[in-house]
Amino acid sequence: MKYILMMHIPKEGYAAFGAWTEKDIAANFAFVRALNKGLTKSGEFVAADGLTLPDQAKLVRAGKDGVPVTDGVFPESKEFLVGYLMVDVETTERAYELAAIWSAAPGPGGLPLNMPIEVRQAMSVGASDLP
Amino acid sequence: MKEILSKEFDEHLLRELVPQVLGAVVRRFRDFAAAEDAVQEAMLAAFTQWPKQGVPENPRGWLFHVASRRITDQMRSEIARRERETSVAREAEIMELAVEMEPDMDMDPNDTLILLFMCCHPVLTSSSTIALTLRAVGGLTTAEIANAFLVPEATMAQRISRAKQSIKASGVPFSLPSPKDRAERLPAVLHVLYLMFNEGYASSIGAHVQRLDLAREAIRLTRCAKTLLPDDAEVAGLLALMLLTDARRAARTGPDDELIPLDRQDRRLWDRTEITEGIQCLTAALSKGSVGLYQLQAAIAAVHDEAARAEDTDWPQILALYELLKQVSPSPMVTLNHAIAAAMVKGPSQGLELLKPLDNDNRLAGHHRLSSVRAHLLEMLGQHETAVAQYRIAASRTTSIPEQNYLMARAARLEESLSQ
Repeated sequence: MKYILMMHIPKEGYAAFGAWTEKDIAANFAFVRALNKGLTKSGEFVAADGLTLPDQAKLVRAGKDGVPVTDGVFPESKEFLVGYLMVDVETTERAYELAAIWSAAPGPGGLPLNMPIEVRQAMSVGASDLP
Repeated sequence: MKEILSKEFDEHLLRELVPQVLGAVVRRFRDFAAAEDAVQEAMLAAFTQWPKQGVPENPRGWLFHVASRRITDQMRSEIARRERETSVAREAEIMELAVEMEPDMDMDPNDTLILLFMCCHPVLTSSSTIALTLRAVGGLTTAEIANAFLVPEATMAQRISRAKQSIKASGVPFSLPSPKDRAERLPAVLHVLYLMFNEGYASSIGAHVQRLDLAREAIRLTRCAKTLLPDDAEVAGLLALMLLTDARRAARTGPDDELIPLDRQDRRLWDRTEITEGIQCLTAALSKGSVGLYQLQAAIAAVHDEAARAEDTDWPQILALYELLKQVSPSPMVTLNHAIAAAMVKGPSQGLELLKPLDNDNRLAGHHRLSSVRAHLLEMLGQHETAVAQYRIAASRTTSIPEQNYLMARAARLEESLSQ
């Protein structure tokens, strides 16, 4: 079963992140790299990406004749997607377990951030009619 | 054209040879994990060399030789890295000499069967068992298996490697289980082949032509198991079930990849050759006496396949078979299908009555299949509003996109007919 794990951070989180020490940033990156590497080793890794800052995000809609019309980000948004991790696991519990591990990625002073991770199962493109 | 033909021939030949060569390499070096890696490498070497240089006169010997070389090379470098004692190095040299000296390997016709039992080991999770079986017994490459499961190749390689480590840790020897153990473990082997087929059949919807056809692979491996265990009625039953199900493949989806339920399929699209073979296989199996889970499911599939039109389906016979299946292998899914058959014979309210206990069964309560069956039976009964609600519940709970589309469309159609 494939699950997507999405990390959201509050708007003010980005500003706070900019104030992290070099050591804390390095520790956080190392943690995420090790997590992805460990998931490949356990045979569960599918894909992962970190996303660029929300101030570079654009809202796009089709305008007249299908021409893209871009807009700035939602000023009203309180949370932004910062990155995702896609895993292929045997059980839902395992997906939750991995989300908890990622959630506890180290922040300032090496303390766990305990960021909320949204866990969603990916739908399959197949269908079986066997009992 | 000629080149393509010769390549296909190579692939087929190679795949057949992989378990045979692997058996011989394991017996020589007594290390399943290393032997399996070495044979995979030999196979990849054959893939690049044979189409260009031609198939060697003794392809089996060639693969064995190349795989043995890989292992000795690896052992030598391992030894050299660990310690450079002359005695150990000499041992490796002797081992290499043995490879050179014995071009004829010890072949055992049971090797494929031994490998099947080994790979379908109960200590493994189903996804890793399927992957390992496809590689070690099916002769598929890691890339092909990764593609079938839509995961990166590195992930699949690790999954297979971990599966082998688990087998190693479990201490299972490389030999055919005793007749008693074999009988005990055969259901696990058949279950893996069943899951492999199911995985492939489920994903055979739509234009995923680039994906490896796991259903075909499962049929090939089950055919192979049937040759090796000709007296087992359940192996034959499983093969029959696969063939009788796979026969409907072309009819189960429409032009836009939409699911077409059994009663609305264009039966002219069903594969007659597969149906005939499946029925022959099933008839032979049933004559052996003991009736098991797969034979019964195959028998149900055969009754459907034999009906020229949906309305010709012999539902009383299907109902009787489900009643038998409920005794042989009770499960909530069987109860669910039994309820459908009962509805077709005795009317939808009988079927709905049989669904009631499933609401309290936590293996199925809240499952989309329960709501979906309930919706169909309510529709049959003419309770269209509740049927629409149940279709929508089912649609919200399924994890399959084609199923969701089907359920949503069904709900929408019924609702439109209500407002007219």
